[in-house]
Amino acid sequence: MHDNANANSLTAVHDHHGEAHAAHNPALLHHFAEPQQQRDAASLGMWVFLGTEVMFFGGLFCAYLVYRQWYFGDFGAASKSIDATLGATNTAVLICSSLTVVLAVWAAQTARRTLLISMLAITMLLGLVFLGIKAVEYKDKFEEHHVPGASFSFENVPIPGHPGQFANPRHAQMFFSLYFVMTGLHALHMIIGLGIFLWLFIMAWKGRFTPEWHTPVEIGGLYWHFVDIVWIYLFPLLYLIDRHP
Amino acid sequence: MYFGIWATLLVCTYLTYKLAFIELGRFNAAVALGIATFKATLVALFFMHVWHAREKLTKLVVIAALFFLLLLLGLTMSDYATRLWS
Amino acid sequence: MSMAATPIPQPVIPQGAERENYLNQEYGVWSWLLTTDHKRIALLYLISITFFFFIGGFFALLIRLELLTPAGDLVQADTYNKIFTMHGMVMIFFFLIPSIPAVLGNFLVPLMIGAKDLAFPRINLLSWYLYIIGGVIMLHCMLTGGVDTGWTFYAPFSTSFTNTKIVEAGIAIFIAGFSSILTGLNFVVTIHRMRAPGMTWSRLPLFIWAHYATSIIQLLGTPVVAVTIVLVAAERALHLGIFDPKLGGDPVLFQHLFWFYSHPAVYIMILPSMGVVTEIIACFSRKRIFGYHFVAFSSIAIAVFGFLVWAHHMFVAGISVYSALVFSFLSYAVALPSAIKVFNWTATLYKGSIRYDAPMLYAFGFLGLFTIGGLTGLFLSALGINVHVTDTYFVVAHFHYIMVGGAVMGYLGGMHFWWPKISGRLYPEGWARLAALIVFIGFNLTFFPQFILGYMGMPRRYYDYSHMPEFQVLNVLSTAGATILGVGYLLPMVYFLWSMRYGKPASDNPWNAAGLEWKTASPPPTFNFDEEPVVTWEAYNYEELDAPHKEEVPVAR
Repeated sequence: MHDNANANSLTAVHDHHGEAHAAHNPALLHHFAEPQQQRDAASLGMWVFLGTEVMFFGGLFCAYLVYRQWYFGDFGAASKSIDATLGATNTAVLICSSLTVVLAVWAAQTARRTLLISMLAITMLLGLVFLGIKAVEYKDKFEEHHVPGASFSFENVPIPGHPGQFANPRHAQMFFSLYFVMTGLHALHMIIGLGIFLWLFIMAWKGRFTPEWHTPVEIGGLYWHFVDIVWIYLFPLLYLIDRHP
Repeated sequence: MYFGIWATLLVCTYLTYKLAFIELGRFNAAVALGIATFKATLVALFFMHVWHAREKLTKLVVIAALFFLLLLLGLTMSDYATRLWS
Repeated sequence: MSMAATPIPQPVIPQGAERENYLNQEYGVWSWLLTTDHKRIALLYLISITFFFFIGGFFALLIRLELLTPAGDLVQADTYNKIFTMHGMVMIFFFLIPSIPAVLGNFLVPLMIGAKDLAFPRINLLSWYLYIIGGVIMLHCMLTGGVDTGWTFYAPFSTSFTNTKIVEAGIAIFIAGFSSILTGLNFVVTIHRMRAPGMTWSRLPLFIWAHYATSIIQLLGTPVVAVTIVLVAAERALHLGIFDPKLGGDPVLFQHLFWFYSHPAVYIMILPSMGVVTEIIACFSRKRIFGYHFVAFSSIAIAVFGFLVWAHHMFVAGISVYSALVFSFLSYAVALPSAIKVFNWTATLYKGSIRYDAPMLYAFGFLGLFTIGGLTGLFLSALGINVHVTDTYFVVAHFHYIMVGGAVMGYLGGMHFWWPKISGRLYPEGWARLAALIVFIGFNLTFFPQFILGYMGMPRRYYDYSHMPEFQVLNVLSTAGATILGVGYLLPMVYFLWSMRYGKPASDNPWNAAGLEWKTASPPPTFNFDEEPVVTWEAYNYEELDAPHKEEVPVAR
């Protein structure tokens, strides 16, 4: 049983590869039988990973939900002190970036290299705009002493809809703790996204993507859209708790 | 088609922003979150191509993740919501 | 290991000499450290988790030594707190959770489904490196003071009051958790996308179903504990108090988020073991598993139901009574799929041709001990009993019956069963049976007295029980058992290593077992099969394998 199989085993594998080699993309990895399988694996992998990210942010949303319910008034007051216009602008920025991402994927599918490169570049630009606005917001919070810690101060801020009642500074600090953790984690994901898109940009510049193989663009796009979706929820939850006069 | 979705998303954002300043009582939260969910669904279905997904598996992954998220939120809140009952 | 030491690659010699396989295909340290071969990565994991097993075991030894006498005379209270914390953290995060999936799963999943490798081999290697980095950080944390909060690091003690190295331990566990997530991701995608032609879902070995279910839990649960660790670290390092009562925070919220993962985590630890036991029982009864689909779906059911019961760890923590009622009911429900498995295993044994090789001894041990552990879990699900035995040794005994009597027995059984495939050598059967017996006796002597101790009221995590000196007798028995158990664990280490050089060479299928992994060489070639297998037979086709006029079952050669 062992005698000839030994010498033949390797050659058998190589022959198999030999004939297949002519037909497939050099990007096909060894352990896959065909490109579609590799694409499907990559796509499923990214979707499953996004599933884990849903649960990662989910823990934060859970904490938020509990405390918002307990301290609605105080949270309302705290929420009112962050700039909803900037928040709305950031939301619009990310929505535009999702559009550029989806156009980039289309460009890769239809071999439009210039469009692909420019869409990737604009996506990154919009991402930087988002982070820039976030930086401005963080700076404002720092200056107003709304960053949790020793120098936190939230005195005499009225609860929306309850004139005469002031927000409990301790509960307001809870809001800001959640605010910074949630937007901070989101911003971290944005930065990672920017890194991914920079890599995609470089690859696209070098002409590596073809209509047959542009999987990184697709799955990078999925990641970006997910980060956008998280923000779509963060915006109303953090900025718009209780805005009516 | 992408531009249509994009425009809808921007309009929804604007709507969310404007409605937040109108007194709707308890419905403020529901409206804001409802619109947010609508927007998220649009992004998932059309930008992430779930609507035209080749396999049911993609949709299954999305639904499973959402299901477990709701489980976490729901069952945890079942504790907090009933703490004062006794 | 002789392989890594020899620098010169051996030529492939056809007649009689060692054929090329994944072990001798390439030599040198870098061929191992940069490998993407799932089989080599499995061995890398084997070495690492064995290392951490002995570290965790060392801490266990210290615990048992301290508890030999009622007075707290071996170590100080703070030190004892650190010892049981490190025992728990190391055993859970660095041994039990990776053990079967990272070693046996990594090795066998592609082989069992007829694939050349996992879907993402480089991510597999990354998984191992993340595990190592997490492990190194944890070691550093332990060597520079450790943590004293218990492995459950409850707030507000962990966030506001303790002075020990929570953030560092948290980082170590976070990174190890990421490793776990990536392994789960790899398995799910592999099982969906890389099955050989003809390998339908209903023909998959139940080991695969078990690992699929385990992966779902790893993927959905681990991120929640990861973000909880982030919050604890943020609270300690950045003063962002989420659980701080002074800010209106709720420590029970920590427990909700922590246990949302940590309960399903116990299913991560037991499901793979159940998968192993299923394979062993089928092989050593020479029978198809009774109720294949029931066993398959019960694995998925355990994964899903396991997420619905976490607050049964919190019955006395201050949650609402109505919520406790619901969780108690759900905890009863989660026992059902496990019970279904036990019934099916038993039915498989009925009228089977039983052989008592070492893997089967471990499987029998598993059956009995898991059943006891599981039943005592039902005791704990009952609110009335729970209030009485919470935080006593009853709970400790319960989870050790499942984790050690269940999961570790399954792991050892699996290591013995697949050792010929992994190493190409047979282990010494006599010694193996003896070791299995020693483990079984040592285990029961260690942990059965603890049920009694707990019921009598001995609290857990206490280093001094001099207020109740009558507990000493049972504690002495428990420590004696632990020593025997230790011997039982050392034996396989010794004879497995011995067998790598002196063991009899194994044939492709020394057990005449069903499954694609047995249709390739022992050890397998690097790409697993010489030709892609095409599956046309059902799982556990033992009648065909044992039939006297065996028609040639299509072989992947």
